[in-house]
Amino acid sequence: MVERRPLMDLLAHAVMLMGVLIVAFPLYLAFVASTHTAQDIVQAPMPLLPGSHFWETYKAALFGRDVSVASGAPVARMMWVSLVTALVITFGKITISLLSAFAIVYFRFPLKNFFFWMIFITLMLPVEVRIGPTYQVVSDLGMLNTYAGLTIPLIASATATFLFRQFFLTVPDELVEAARMDGAGPMRFLWDILLPLSKTSIAALFVIQFIYGWNQYLWPLLATTSEDMYPVVIGIKRMIAGGDAGNEWNVVMATALLAMLPPAIVVVLMQKWFVKGLVDTEK
Amino acid sequence: MEKRVLFRSTWLPWLLLAPQLLVVLVFFFWPASQALVQSLQLQDTFGSHTEWVGLDNFRRLFNDPLYAASFQTTAFFSVLVAGLGISLSLLLAVFADRIIKGALAYKSLLILPYAVAPAVAAVLWVFMFSPSLGVVSYFLGKLAYDWNHLLNGGQAMALIIMTAVWKQISYNFLFFLAGLQSIPKSLIEAAAIDGARPWRRFWTIQFPLLSPTTFFLLVINVVYAFFDTFAIVDAATMGGPGRETSILVYKVYYDGFKAMDMGGSAAQSVVLMAIVISLTVIQFRYVEKKVQY
Repeated sequence: MVERRPLMDLLAHAVMLMGVLIVAFPLYLAFVASTHTAQDIVQAPMPLLPGSHFWETYKAALFGRDVSVASGAPVARMMWVSLVTALVITFGKITISLLSAFAIVYFRFPLKNFFFWMIFITLMLPVEVRIGPTYQVVSDLGMLNTYAGLTIPLIASATATFLFRQFFLTVPDELVEAARMDGAGPMRFLWDILLPLSKTSIAALFVIQFIYGWNQYLWPLLATTSEDMYPVVIGIKRMIAGGDAGNEWNVVMATALLAMLPPAIVVVLMQKWFVKGLVDTEK
Repeated sequence: MEKRVLFRSTWLPWLLLAPQLLVVLVFFFWPASQALVQSLQLQDTFGSHTEWVGLDNFRRLFNDPLYAASFQTTAFFSVLVAGLGISLSLLLAVFADRIIKGALAYKSLLILPYAVAPAVAAVLWVFMFSPSLGVVSYFLGKLAYDWNHLLNGGQAMALIIMTAVWKQISYNFLFFLAGLQSIPKSLIEAAAIDGARPWRRFWTIQFPLLSPTTFFLLVINVVYAFFDTFAIVDAATMGGPGRETSILVYKVYYDGFKAMDMGGSAAQSVVLMAIVISLTVIQFRYVEKKVQY
């Protein structure tokens, strides 16, 4: 603090409080809605304080109901699909990027620059802009409605490779010299020296990629057609298709909260790494 | 930049590169080149017959008033999303930078929207603004303001802008806060000793020193508004009520997968690719200058 200005501090807290209230209000409202019955919510204005139907709603959302409503699919299965997808994308991306960044930084081989640019041009184009042809490729390979189809096309981007490359370039050369002096080969160096040094970068990437994978929408929308392969983000969209009166909003909101729980936990718990990773990646 | 010390092996680097190259070739270069090829072709609805039509798809596209309208919608949408998102989060970051007690609590709550999927964010906002049962639309009704984004195109646009800004504030906020905290305290102190008040210090010291961050965020936010908002549009308005919220990415999807116009959709993809590539080039050229600070 540069100087003492109690009024300014008060203003700062007031602004932050306002900001936090506006940011948190939709989340609070979703929570309130998930603790009431569908009938309570439809009568405008809906209650603004939590009700007593918490367990019923979440049980109904997670395991489905016997009533044959359109939105009756169990969320537990969707959460599982989302989890597998997000983890495969995260680990897949980290593994292949670690290896290719290692090759690019620590080896000299013909056409190195060509491959370097081949990989890095993918940084520029998100899946959204080549969505049609990617769909055709995946469908030709018979990968629709499979975990492979859901994940591999999203692994094809170089964000992680770029971050690892930047990090490897800052690792002192003396470490390689020392390792070679002691007779360590390249793989030994990667495993015993480089990997432990990269722990922070890996943790940061884990957070970013996990959220990226969990929150995917357009690609799963196309790549899945059978209900048991819907990730939760797609499932929730299908739930609100019934129109205002037809939706069971309490269940929809419970699903929304369940859908944001895993990424929110990851972000808040790993806040420090995540912020560092985010700011570093984009540099 | 290169390492001085390198490993030597004739086969190992290829083996290490192989997985990434394979994935990138099959799922990036193949589809991207397909998009280029298809943009020059015309395909009938069942995909049984294709013919080469040269640049016809592009000519058709640029003569299509709907495409021009979609461009305009996208421009309006991204200017507002980027402008509002950046100014609001800068305001929050500047005040958060002052706060010592309770800063972590504010920060933890403010970064929550980053974890929320765009589609889920859209569902939350649709719920608040639903004409028949939404809390906000109910209170707007009490103030004699009629809210129905299912009928009113302007309100539908307002809804997706609010959702998109809400979702992006966390990201901008984190960058601004990191930027503010990397400004040397001694600069601020020197200005304070010279008698500059907080308002003046912000405009003459902090804001200019933040300009690289601001510029970077501007590019990122425009890219975000162009591409990552597909889920918001699809879940909140589906491009409607008429075509008022049909932004470019949504149109690529709609024309390709709903209207089955593969050639037109591919041509739109190519235009979009050109836009992203130029944005990225601009970003690299200017962001490099950031090093000066």
